Amino acid sequence: MDEFDDVDKTWLSTSSIVPPLPVGARKMIRLEDVSKVFGETVRAVDRVSFTVERGELMVLVGESGSGKTTTLKMINRLIEPTGGRVFVAGRETRLQDPVLLRRNVGYVFQKIGLFPHMTVARNVGIVLALDGSRNQSSVSRRVDEVLELVGLDPILYRDRYPKELSGGQQQRVGVARALAAKPAVVLMDEPFGALDAITRSRLQKEYLRLHKSLGLTTLMVTHDLTEAFLLGDRVAVMKDGRLLQLDSPAQLVRFPADAYVESLLETTLSQLTRLEAIAAKLRTS
Amino acid sequence: MTSRLAEQLALLPDYLGNHMVLTLTALALGIAISLPVGLMATRLRWLEWPVLTFAGVMQTVPALALLALMVPLLGRIGFTPALAGLILYSMFPVLRNTVTGVKGVDAAYVEAARAIGMTDRQLLWHVQLPLAAPVILAGIRIASVWVVGVATLSTPVGSPSLGNYIFSGLQTQNFTAVLVGVVAAAALAIVLDLLIRLIEIAISRRNRTLGLAATLGLALLALPALMPALAWSEGSSARPPVVIGAKTFTEQYILAELLKKRVRQGGYSVADLQSLGSTVVFDALKASRIDCYVDYSGTIWANHMKRQDHPGRQSVLRIMSDWLQERYGIVCIGSLGFENAYALAMRKDRAAALDVRTVGDLARHSRNLSVGGDYEFFIRPEWRALRENYRLNFSARRSFDSTLMYSAVQQGVVDVISAFTTDGRIPAFGLVLLRDDLEVLPPYDAVLLLSPKAASNPGLRQALEPLVGAISDEQMRRANMMVDVKRTSVRDAAEWLNTAVASKSR
Repeated sequence: MDEFDDVDKTWLSTSSIVPPLPVGARKMIRLEDVSKVFGETVRAVDRVSFTVERGELMVLVGESGSGKTTTLKMINRLIEPTGGRVFVAGRETRLQDPVLLRRNVGYVFQKIGLFPHMTVARNVGIVLALDGSRNQSSVSRRVDEVLELVGLDPILYRDRYPKELSGGQQQRVGVARALAAKPAVVLMDEPFGALDAITRSRLQKEYLRLHKSLGLTTLMVTHDLTEAFLLGDRVAVMKDGRLLQLDSPAQLVRFPADAYVESLLETTLSQLTRLEAIAAKLRTS
Repeated sequence: MTSRLAEQLALLPDYLGNHMVLTLTALALGIAISLPVGLMATRLRWLEWPVLTFAGVMQTVPALALLALMVPLLGRIGFTPALAGLILYSMFPVLRNTVTGVKGVDAAYVEAARAIGMTDRQLLWHVQLPLAAPVILAGIRIASVWVVGVATLSTPVGSPSLGNYIFSGLQTQNFTAVLVGVVAAAALAIVLDLLIRLIEIAISRRNRTLGLAATLGLALLALPALMPALAWSEGSSARPPVVIGAKTFTEQYILAELLKKRVRQGGYSVADLQSLGSTVVFDALKASRIDCYVDYSGTIWANHMKRQDHPGRQSVLRIMSDWLQERYGIVCIGSLGFENAYALAMRKDRAAALDVRTVGDLARHSRNLSVGGDYEFFIRPEWRALRENYRLNFSARRSFDSTLMYSAVQQGVVDVISAFTTDGRIPAFGLVLLRDDLEVLPPYDAVLLLSPKAASNPGLRQALEPLVGAISDEQMRRANMMVDVKRTSVRDAAEWLNTAVASKSR
């Protein structure tokens, strides 16, 4: 697969804060000139190419309408690309049964999307039950295992219904569901966006820990640059369907590729500075 | 009054049993069709519009007409057309709610289901159906209540139901019967609704015990519904009862009762199939679904033989009898002796004031008068014949239920009505019949008809023959008046008539 290894070298991270990738690492997600045109003229995603390496946590950041979520959904074919090619774990997705592809890709939503008529255990276990290959006791063992991974005591939580859980607990279940089938890659669509600041911060840290300890490959979408910098090994900035820059946070700060990236950084930083100033003033007064 | 109630309640197992069989079968089949079609319509978008439009149109057709239309459409009477009509009637709420329910499932759940790798089928079974269940069940509840109500209209197409109470009760002023029918139908609707509601609760609370209990309840409801069928199949080795038919007016109920009495005296067991539509009863006789009923020569002459001439009373009788025998193998035992014809009637004082004695006299005044008739009168050939031959030109025309038109003319709502000559309300309300001096209207001799099957039963014919020529216009009018005006029960009126006939033949 020559073309697959023919990585666009300019996108490769050179930052020192990103651990060097092992030699010969598998390219877990790869997009080649992927486009999505809705109708005849609306170009939601415009010739986007990037690679997510095994073990990497990459973040797609951009404002709403930038095409970041569309890009994410084209990876597990929730949205079909109108141009270009997508590979997951080295196999072109267009040539796979989308159902089987999705069973091999974990997915976490902002809206969480837990089924209200199923218990926590059923919500997580259904992913394992869909292909009918596992028996009930192995499903239930795996459910308990992933619930513990995301910090929920199976004894307390497995028989509850989603509406009996807090937002944070629900999203823990959402993560557990995504991890249950030991997927090759995990896609996250603004996973912590709907949570309050404290819960969000806690879940971010815990997810980072899981990502590292389990050796996951994650592609996350967010509009929050702070989150992107906190979690991302590399950050891709998108605007109007185009990928403006893909770099480590350090490179982004040092060498913003264009005025938009720069202003995005500036705005975020100035907000923090202003918050700091207000807080300082309030403390002294 | 209590004996009246007891008399009505004795009929309940039969009517309610039939009503339940019909209702539950129609609902089960209706749901079995509508639910998958509704689900299909959520998948194949082009299907949604035609399917919902079809079901919606079925819903807007008046239920009485929908059921009646099934008779010529299916070429059958009784259970089959009633069932078909009710199935069509039940479809709309189930279809509509299935489509709305499935479409209403939050798109986030559908996307989540797809994202975790569900197939379309898994999406349907694990997510869409359970989440749409409350809405779908609400549709089923609406359908069940409607079907229980509309099933009362299966009586005129020949499928007995609680509607028998209502049709005969309203015609014969027996409000005990009407009340029993209405209360039983309401109770059935409530019980059915409650059981489905329990299933709904069981699903939403995920309570298996409750769900099982409710399903068991439905099964129990279906069980007595099957009893009459079982009882019938057990008893089918015995000689089947002689079935007496009747249309939907007082005279017919009284005569059916009289026929039953005579047939029973002849050593037969009897059953009845009453409140049948006017063409349904003839079809039922043709098919030997009923064995005997009373029709009127003019009706058969005009409606079935499609003849507009009339060569005189005796000739009509003779030609009609031959035609029935030749065409269908139906035997006309003979005329009962009286005639129940169409005739124009007015209040005595009005007729006197205008100096009107004949229809010919009426023609001079018709421009200033209004006319009322039963629902079918103004589209019948008799009306056209009257209008054309006498040059009648009334200022207004109104249709009434036949029980109401006599009060209408009495109270002056209309000036003239198309009365039935044997109706007891003519003397009771002080009405006078106008003579048809040009003899435009055909004769309407009441004739005793036997089905092709019953025709080969000499004993039955023997039992009924004494009734030929035995009832006068006056006697029939009196018996009708007992029921319509004095609110005597049909049974008592029939008993009086039976005695009157017996004393005359002695």
